[in-house]
Amino acid sequence: MRKVPDNRAWWLVLPVLLLVAFSALVPLMTVVNYSVQDIFGPGNAYYVGTEWFRDVLRDERLQASLLRQFGFSAAVLAIEIPLGIGIALMMPKGGIRASLCLILLAIPLLIPWNVVGTIWQIFARGDIGLFGWGLNQLGFNYNYTGDPVDAWLTVLLMDVWHWTPLVALLCYSGLRAIPEAFYQAAEIDRASRWAVFRYIQLPRLKNVLVIAVLLRFMDSFMIYTEPFVLTGGGPGSSTTFLSQTLTTMAVGQFDLGRAAAFSLVYFLIVLLVSWLFFTAITHMDKER
Amino acid sequence: MSLQLENVSRAVDGVDFIRDADLTFEAGSFNVLLGRTLAGKTSLMRLMAGLDQPDSGRILHNSEDVTGQGVRKRNVSMVYQQFINYPNLTVYENIASPLRLAKMKEQELDRRVKETAAMLHIDNLLSRYPLELSGGQQQRTAMARALVKDATLILFDEPLVNLDYKLREELRSELRQLFRERQCIAVYATTEANEALALGGTTTLLHEGRVVQTGPVAEVYRRPVNTLAAELFSEPPMNLLPGKVTGNSVTFGANIHHDLTRELGDLAEGDYLFGIRPSHVGLSPAGEDDLALEMEVELAEISGSETFLHVGAGALDMVVQELGVHTRHPGGQVKIYLPMNRLFVFDQRRALVHTPADSGGVHG
Amino acid sequence: MAEIALTAMAHSYEKEPAGPEDYAIRQLDHVWEKGGAYALLGPSGCGKSTMLNIISGLLAPSEGQVLFDGKPVNHLSPRERNIAQVFQFPVVYDSMTVFDNLAFPLRNSGLPKAKIRERVNEIAEVLELEPLLHRKARNLTADEKQKVSMGRGLVREDVSAILFDEPLTVIDPQLKWKLRRKLKQIHEQFDITMIYVTHDQLEASTFADRIAVMYEGRIVQFGTPTELFENPNHTFVGFFIGSPGMNLIDVTRCPGGVQFGNTRFPLSEGVMKRLAETGSDNLRLGIRPEFIELTEPNPDSCPAIVEDVEDLGTYQILTAQLEGQGLKVRLSEDIQVERKQVVHLHFPARWLKLYVDEFLVEASP
Repeated sequence: MRKVPDNRAWWLVLPVLLLVAFSALVPLMTVVNYSVQDIFGPGNAYYVGTEWFRDVLRDERLQASLLRQFGFSAAVLAIEIPLGIGIALMMPKGGIRASLCLILLAIPLLIPWNVVGTIWQIFARGDIGLFGWGLNQLGFNYNYTGDPVDAWLTVLLMDVWHWTPLVALLCYSGLRAIPEAFYQAAEIDRASRWAVFRYIQLPRLKNVLVIAVLLRFMDSFMIYTEPFVLTGGGPGSSTTFLSQTLTTMAVGQFDLGRAAAFSLVYFLIVLLVSWLFFTAITHMDKER
Repeated sequence: MSLQLENVSRAVDGVDFIRDADLTFEAGSFNVLLGRTLAGKTSLMRLMAGLDQPDSGRILHNSEDVTGQGVRKRNVSMVYQQFINYPNLTVYENIASPLRLAKMKEQELDRRVKETAAMLHIDNLLSRYPLELSGGQQQRTAMARALVKDATLILFDEPLVNLDYKLREELRSELRQLFRERQCIAVYATTEANEALALGGTTTLLHEGRVVQTGPVAEVYRRPVNTLAAELFSEPPMNLLPGKVTGNSVTFGANIHHDLTRELGDLAEGDYLFGIRPSHVGLSPAGEDDLALEMEVELAEISGSETFLHVGAGALDMVVQELGVHTRHPGGQVKIYLPMNRLFVFDQRRALVHTPADSGGVHG
Repeated sequence: MAEIALTAMAHSYEKEPAGPEDYAIRQLDHVWEKGGAYALLGPSGCGKSTMLNIISGLLAPSEGQVLFDGKPVNHLSPRERNIAQVFQFPVVYDSMTVFDNLAFPLRNSGLPKAKIRERVNEIAEVLELEPLLHRKARNLTADEKQKVSMGRGLVREDVSAILFDEPLTVIDPQLKWKLRRKLKQIHEQFDITMIYVTHDQLEASTFADRIAVMYEGRIVQFGTPTELFENPNHTFVGFFIGSPGMNLIDVTRCPGGVQFGNTRFPLSEGVMKRLAETGSDNLRLGIRPEFIELTEPNPDSCPAIVEDVEDLGTYQILTAQLEGQGLKVRLSEDIQVERKQVVHLHFPARWLKLYVDEFLVEASP
């Protein structure tokens, strides 16, 4: 159907524009404003130009935290995406069993973040938590409050438990949308199971995977509540991720200018990496 | 009631959808828009319905300017290629829906719905839901909904294309009957020349957004104004052979000479395109001055009761229509005969310069 | 290549079919010979797609056997049967190039690279896909995609048969006949058993040497296009083949023939003998619109009133009333007939077919 160009339609977008302005643009501009000033109190601020930015980028604590953050997000994606696809592929195609699987998968997604943190905090304890106690019984020396590697792995495991179902659900819906004829054609072309995955399922999952990767990247890159509840960022600063560093700076030390500059850098990193993912995945199969 | 398009044009993003359409539709007329996919049939219908507005030109309703008036203000019904019904309503309620919108009294509504359903032979299905029906029954329901409300303009956009040919045959002849008595303007878009012929009425040939020719079906079929009209309105398309007239004879290709007799003898010297309908090409001579050609069979297409022989020789490609079912294998040789008294002649600008005396077909 | 035989084969989608109406395909025996070009023709819901899926192995029949060259294959997958199938809607591997699409079935069979390239190029040439070989399949038009789908079936040299399930549905009308010709050429060139499912008599007759007409889960006739047209074995074939279909008149027995109202149709002795053997009173007389002739009034002709004349350009369809019975008559374009006019119809004995319980009754040879 051919569409009619009618500029009056813009009026319909106006409420959304206003809403976005108030919810996003205004606060964002406030942060921009703070990031270029040194603030001592109300009405007592000095313009300092890019000093905070230079300061933030040189800060070793922040650099370490950023590195840790990238490591965490990379690990999350590397585990959750293939695992999610795998689960989706193994799920039954329909009937009561499919419904049961879907409900089971959805449970972790329905639990509030801080509850997830609390659950794992208890679950992983060496003395009373089933997971921690079990590992220790098996002969592993596991203690997430004391050992940085254990703490890291626990946070990662918690995130995988919490969010892999989302990836699996997205992939499952993508798989269900593939017409039966494709599988029949592949059967007739004598395609192996791997070829079916590589040439039929994966290409047709591309769109949901773009969404899954973006969501998981952004979420994991901004993770705060669960590690905060579980480890409090410790031991030492081994599980202190960017958002926690930021909170400490802004709320704990009340270092507003620095925190504002840091926020903007943080925001730009998320934006840039998301854009990179998006372009990379959508251009993967383009005609050369 | 009449609907008039005056020099109507519409372009989207610089692409012409409709260019200078000048057409009049009278009340009680059945109008067929014939053209290939993307010829502008749907665009033209949307303009008539008021779903789209023209960039230039006027649309007149009983000589009153209605250009720019939206579809809701015009009393229009439309039937689409896809079977569009409300899936959550019964057939009865589907048909009743336009009347309910018009707030018609229950008794009158009931009468009208039943009458229309009976007309389309779905009166036994009134309590069913659309998805329980076959494709043909679904399209009948959609048609009943279009017919029930006494619209002044009913548009059919290739309504039968998704049905199998037996159903198409049936619904086509029913439509013909239905519109004999109605006082509305019916417009029917199709890509098939045979459908246009079967439906009769007025035919408008469209190509790339332009009106090629319009008039009573017999007139358009008998006197195609140019080669384009001839090709569009002939199924399979009219065969066209380039030929050079010198003196009293014509040369096709490099070395096929033939004498021009009778009325063809008056042709001035020069290059022409000679057209002949597939059904007029014979496999046995019909007259003494037939032009005989040796051709190779490329394919025999067989429809229920006739065979379309695709033949070729050198640069010439032709289709021959034979009555009856004949199996012929590709690669074989056949001799075909072109009766000179059946030839259309087009000049170099592809305009018609000669109509055969026995152009046959369609008697008004 | 293989001969495909169905013996006492039947299929029902119900677990416990109660009666014949629960069967998508009623019990039948049928043989598709090696190297033939066949069509399965019928309206939607007649069981033709079920039949195709049973042959390809996508579906196992609930009763009877499917034999490939005499070997039962009921429980073998399409892969093991070595069948190629082209579907109604094009199935291409989006992310691959046209070349890779065509090479896919060959690579799956582990053919050497040089051989694959040779086969793919050969098929691409036949299907005129050469200029597209290095394009991604997703960017093709619907008919190009369908050609690729066909190509994947044709590229394998070792297939037992190629099955087509209404392959031209999505093709632009102007291109249909080109592809039909292509398929025909391919069959003559490669000599593979091909079975083509369609509801379109034009496609079926153009492609196939022999057509199986299916109706309500049965093959009601298996014959050449000419046989289906000239000698329909079942009233449904008479109706379904031809446009318009065969005229069918309910008749009753009378001495020396059958009658309808006051009109008598004499039948040959042979047919009368066969008729006498059946007890059924479900008798219908069929004649195709093409075979009814207009004549001057004579003792054998029947007067009828013209109800409608449909002018189809190259011919006309007359609807005439003969004692209340509507008859379609096909006339050449040059005959002038008006509505309400009385015409005299002649029914050549050769083209009058008698149907008892919907099946043709012929004199025993």
